[in-house]
Amino acid sequence: MSHADDQSSNRRDFLFYATGGTAAVAGAAAVWPLINQMNPSADVQAASTQRVDVSGVAEGTQLTVLFLGKPIFVRRRTQEEIDAARGVEMSELVDPLARNANLPADAPATDEDRTLTDFDGNNTGEWLVMQGVCTHLGCVPLGEQGDFGGWFCPCHGSHYDTAGRIRRGPAPENLHIPVVSFVDPGVILLG
Amino acid sequence: MSGIPHDHYEPKSGGEKWLHRRLPVVSLLYDTLMIPTPKNLNWMWIWGIVLVFCLVMQIVTGIILVMHYTAHVDMAFASVEHIMRDVNGGWAIRYVHANGASLFFVAVYLHIFRGLYYGSYKEPREVTWIIGMLIFVLMMGTAFMGYVLPWGQMSFWGATVITGLFGAIPFIGEAIQTWLLGGPAVGNATLNRFLSLHYLLPFIILGLVIVHVWAFHTTGNNNPTGVEVRRSSKKEAEADTLPFWPYFVIKDLFALAVVLVAFFAIVGYLPNALGHPDNYIEANPMATPAHIVPEWYFLPFYAILRAFTNDVWIVIAANWITAGLVDAKFFGVLAMFGAIIVMALAPWLDTSGVRSGRYRPMFKWWFWLLVIDFAVLTYAGGQPAEGIWPTVSLLGATYWFAYFLVILPLLGVIEKPTTPPATIEEDFNAHYSKTTGGTSTTGATAPNPAE
Repeated sequence: MSHADDQSSNRRDFLFYATGGTAAVAGAAAVWPLINQMNPSADVQAASTQRVDVSGVAEGTQLTVLFLGKPIFVRRRTQEEIDAARGVEMSELVDPLARNANLPADAPATDEDRTLTDFDGNNTGEWLVMQGVCTHLGCVPLGEQGDFGGWFCPCHGSHYDTAGRIRRGPAPENLHIPVVSFVDPGVILLG
Repeated sequence: MSGIPHDHYEPKSGGEKWLHRRLPVVSLLYDTLMIPTPKNLNWMWIWGIVLVFCLVMQIVTGIILVMHYTAHVDMAFASVEHIMRDVNGGWAIRYVHANGASLFFVAVYLHIFRGLYYGSYKEPREVTWIIGMLIFVLMMGTAFMGYVLPWGQMSFWGATVITGLFGAIPFIGEAIQTWLLGGPAVGNATLNRFLSLHYLLPFIILGLVIVHVWAFHTTGNNNPTGVEVRRSSKKEAEADTLPFWPYFVIKDLFALAVVLVAFFAIVGYLPNALGHPDNYIEANPMATPAHIVPEWYFLPFYAILRAFTNDVWIVIAANWITAGLVDAKFFGVLAMFGAIIVMALAPWLDTSGVRSGRYRPMFKWWFWLLVIDFAVLTYAGGQPAEGIWPTVSLLGATYWFAYFLVILPLLGVIEKPTTPPATIEEDFNAHYSKTTGGTSTTGATAPNPAE
């Protein structure tokens, strides 16, 4: 008798866990589409590359374009700005990484690793292309302002230098550099 | 419902008896409305009614506004102007709704500080307190998403900054942020889902309000003395309490009328005083307003968020201990949510055996300092993050945490409280005999000139 009882009890346990497990899996499978629908839709994901004509950007000025809903700064730097950025010791930087999507993730934040190589393959330091999105909470920093002559975020007071590297304030990282390259003389391709 | 002895509903007519056997809904309403309420409640106990009124007002005006609003990045801003200019009385409805949020938060902050002073959060009302804190957090979420809907500059950049908070979470932050926004940046998908959730959350709040009321109807109301209503007999309970209807309802409605005079003065004469001119400029993802400020009711927590920059020693320590996982940005986010969490934990952090702050001589000082701290944080949160304001915010944030994590636990040990009255009746008589010419409400010997 007791043997039979144990058996039925084991069978009951088995059915209990099997039903519970199936219900959990089915529940998760039903909930996932309800969560995933909030991720970027196909049309949003499709808009992923953009050509920008930068031939009209004069030295010491900045072109701002909207790419994937975020502003992109295309800065043609002056010699003073290049010298100022190259004169910074690595030990003075808050974030030692280049944050350049075109380079390995551990590339150091030297000025050379931040700037864009021109169509002829020379990195003169003239072209700086970055996401104009403060790494603190996503405001658009203002150009030629702040204590380091680069960018200043008006929201919470982050100061970036002339290479877009964070120097003071709450932002944790240097301004990010998107995937970008010169595809023609005077034309860059974003994404 | 409450454990306080009182008369219950008895169906009398045939119709009442018929319904009562099938659905005792009248009984439920009667017992809710006639709940024995401590008769010494002071004017700080009016905010509950004001809050219920605000919730209903916001739901009604909100449903109307959605009838005329278009949730699309190209049309949202114009549709709000359409409400203001073309819809019959639309300007009034929108101004009531926009300023109604401010009234809602004025009332909720007074309600919370009332609870903190009179120890309403203490045993056995912890569940009421926790549900209240949940309502508060949902209110903040609802208000934030509502502010995005007009699609002005502050709407857009406020949404960018606040959803950016989630991006600060290590490893999964960016995926969560993209999921919340429905794209790489705040856009049409964001606006649509914010309208959907802004419409949904008030009804969840309504459900929680019912549970909040249910919880304190089970424990009974707190009162200014913190002394419990006597429950050993109905006679004693009746000496300590009066039924909610009509005594407290009429008092609360009078208070509500006074509050609404001030409210409608603002709606009528200063409808934009609490808003920001930048929000009458349509959203532009290419230009950040010079000074992004949240609505005033978020400022204390916004100040705490901004206080912890990467030159504060505790941020440096946290960064070092977690090997860089907790940076200044994530620390600020943790501090902001932590400020609400420590407040929610007050029932377990306060070690004092005396409930009401009225009988706690040292507590009073620290409490009022917390009120001042709250005001200072509100002011500091509205200032640009430069000069002395980051330091002021940091000191304010430090006191906020010290109050809950250090002062409340220690006071219970070192403070010597005075003695509260033995009963609510005693407190009531001591208060009212003086001002009503010696008339005692309980003494049968009081002379009655009308006899």
